[in-house]
Amino acid sequence: MFEDLRELYQEVIFDHNRNPRNFHVMENADRQVDGFNPLCGDKLTLFLKLDGDIITDASFQGSGCAISTASVSLMTEIIKGKTQAQAEELFTLFHEMTTGKEEHINLEAVGKLAVLAGVREFPARVKCATLAWHTLDAALKNQQQAVSTE
Amino acid sequence: MTYPIEQIRADFPILNEKIRNKPLVYLDNAASCQKPQAVIDSMVKLYSHDYANVHRGVHTLSIRSTDQMESARHKIKTFINAASDKEIIFVRGATEAVNLIAQTYGRANIHAGDEILITAMEHHSNIVPWQMLCEQTGAILKVAPMNVAGELLMDEFEQLLSAKTKLVAVVHMSNALGTLNPVEQIIALAHAKNIPVMLDGAQAIPHTAVDVQKLDCDFYVFSGHKLYGPSGVGVLYGKQALLEAMPPYQGGGDMIRTVSFEKSTYAGLPYKFEAGTPAIAEIIGLGAAVDYLNTIGMQAIADHEASLLAYATQQALQIDGLKIIGEAKEKGAILSFTLGRIHPHDIGTMLDSLGIAIRAGHHCAMPVMDFYQLPATARASFAMYNTKAEIDVLISGIKNLIEMFG
Repeated sequence: MFEDLRELYQEVIFDHNRNPRNFHVMENADRQVDGFNPLCGDKLTLFLKLDGDIITDASFQGSGCAISTASVSLMTEIIKGKTQAQAEELFTLFHEMTTGKEEHINLEAVGKLAVLAGVREFPARVKCATLAWHTLDAALKNQQQAVSTE
Repeated sequence: MTYPIEQIRADFPILNEKIRNKPLVYLDNAASCQKPQAVIDSMVKLYSHDYANVHRGVHTLSIRSTDQMESARHKIKTFINAASDKEIIFVRGATEAVNLIAQTYGRANIHAGDEILITAMEHHSNIVPWQMLCEQTGAILKVAPMNVAGELLMDEFEQLLSAKTKLVAVVHMSNALGTLNPVEQIIALAHAKNIPVMLDGAQAIPHTAVDVQKLDCDFYVFSGHKLYGPSGVGVLYGKQALLEAMPPYQGGGDMIRTVSFEKSTYAGLPYKFEAGTPAIAEIIGLGAAVDYLNTIGMQAIADHEASLLAYATQQALQIDGLKIIGEAKEKGAILSFTLGRIHPHDIGTMLDSLGIAIRAGHHCAMPVMDFYQLPATARASFAMYNTKAEIDVLISGIKNLIEMFG
């Protein structure tokens, strides 16, 4: 019945929505930033633990749609062990992938984040996918203010 | 007489649209209604044959535009049974009307320590203008609570009416819950203490016949686009004596009698509140919408929508995991719901892929969402042209998306 949506709602996304990874409050986090999408009410808090330049741990709390939950869940998995510069590089690639500005997107470079490429076809949902990454960006830049997609 | 649903559907050209190769099922009427051909034609005719600026030129086109615009004012006066055309002020929408009242009536009559009473189910447009007024004046905003069904607690409402209360501003029908408030009782209680009442009718007016004199409300505000008219036009109704006593809102052309650099004098009603060139075509389009509604009859529309709501509610309640938000006994044609952990935004995208337009979000009523501790709801809202067959498409879509989500 939902043939048009198979690209957007892949099984991996349902899986992460049902069982979000790293879904807990982090004690003694080095960074903690709130992200908010006022359009749809998605809210998350991202926690990071840093060792020098390396992101050693990441977790989140919050509530949102399947796209935003899967996006932040996948993000916390993929950024663990990455340097801050590598994480920022992923953010750039992810942004290009979801906003579709690049003609030839390197899906290999983004690894399993590629399951979110389908949001390109749904402009109303792009912010759901990118909220997590904007929040990460703020956390890495050590901004204390809550992030809003507006 | 049977309700002429086939004829009505034929009158709305957009209902023939295909969305993602499926017939459009438009259930986002609480956000904005679609327009009948008569409204579209009235604007095309104006721009093709009769358009010029109003209230100034002596030339033929200016006279034609002015006559049509003033005729629309009269139609709207009759539609809500105001006492005079002078009580019909054209604004951009219900939001601007509330802001106008806050910044003119409010600034002149509401002072530090005074209270403004609203309810827990207001749209942001009937909250924020009062908060702004409170910041400017030191007045206090009071909020009458509701129960979990979404019904106003009338005992508490009555207790909140005090000697300090200078205005009651209440939504006639809640856009997030569908609740129809007991406005007659609210007005009687407030008037017993000489407190004027403003009703936010944006949501109510397309669903129910409104008689402002019978209600005896002091102000009634609504938007054209929710009444099958164009966007960009709305109406502020006010009792003439109140409007006469209020200072103007914006200064400019059309709202003056004389201007010199020393002092200007203001025009009489309704022009005192209509500075600048108005939304001429939109006002005329709204007049055409009212004509169209009169051919069907507001009671017939209300009856049709009541049967749609009853059917949709009964079908929805049979879906496992579906929770209806807003179960007031007196309710207009709005079905707000949640599906457990399936987020309303996902519901909205999935239904859209089936051609079904609903609203997903906080409905510009964040305090209502906070009350129910929800980030958002999905909302299907019905209009004069919807059918039970469309509700069947909605219900089947909901059942299928639940299955897909697993």
